[in-house]
Amino acid sequence: MHLSSDEIILWQWGWVNLNVTIITTWCIMLLMIAGGWLITRKLNQGLHIPRWQNALEVVVLALDSQIKEVGLNESRRYLPFIGTLFLFILISNILSVVPWYEPPTGSMSTTAALAISVFLAVPFFGIREKGLLNYLRTYIKPTPIMLPFNLLGELSRTLALAIRLFGNMMSGTMIIAILLMVTPFIFPVLMNLLHLITGVVQAYIFSILATVYIAAVTRNNKQ
Amino acid sequence: MDNQTLIAIVSIIIAGLTIAIGGIGPALGQGKSIAAALSALAQQPDASPTITRTLFVGLAMVESVAIYCFVVAMIVLFANPFWNYTVAQISGG
Repeated sequence: MHLSSDEIILWQWGWVNLNVTIITTWCIMLLMIAGGWLITRKLNQGLHIPRWQNALEVVVLALDSQIKEVGLNESRRYLPFIGTLFLFILISNILSVVPWYEPPTGSMSTTAALAISVFLAVPFFGIREKGLLNYLRTYIKPTPIMLPFNLLGELSRTLALAIRLFGNMMSGTMIIAILLMVTPFIFPVLMNLLHLITGVVQAYIFSILATVYIAAVTRNNKQ
Repeated sequence: MDNQTLIAIVSIIIAGLTIAIGGIGPALGQGKSIAAALSALAQQPDASPTITRTLFVGLAMVESVAIYCFVVAMIVLFANPFWNYTVAQISGG
């Protein structure tokens, strides 16, 4: 029983190896890019817009309003990053209905990469909004004694993001594998449903937490 | 009792205890948070989207502790470095 899809290696050359996680991630990227390009080829602004464009507009506007509700009023500047996080995790979790598919978010490497990108994005947005000095000053609020705790908090938040997503996805694949060995009729189907719901909720949680961290860092210039 | 047997026994016991004890706290916490959310919804049904969203975010944060325990139990059972070391020693030596 393998713990993650990192261990299935398809092609190796020196220290570079191509495992199932990477191939699956590429397939999902291809799916998202091709789908996005096909839908937005002929954008229509009249009364009757094509169905897929309507669906995509619903998703984008919902994300936009969620970002505004968390507190980032210029939501369009953060929508690409947060929208991509949400859609990538959502699609990679929902495609679990396809047989013989292992979600790439069930491997620690993918979730660590996503968490590191949030870890790098928070200072990036903070410095872009407030300037370098003001951003560094947030680490010594409320008192300078809090500096090590703030730094440690940043690191542990990133780690928590990665492990939360990884644990939820890995538990789904492992539980279904174990249940298929034990009671292979109805119960694995129910667990698969639960795993899909968990996947959607975890995609939402990841992107909302990223939004909250960015809002916390870019918020103070109004006070 | 040699090293390998000892490591196997302790790993099995600890994996079971980790997930059993580690599941108590988060379950209690989630129960209390849902109870609070339900009473808030009953008092102010208009704020339902905000309350529901905050409830889900809070549940996921509390759930992460249970997930940490689960991950540790899985690592101890399936990716145990001490076990792998003793197996390598016995098969290599």
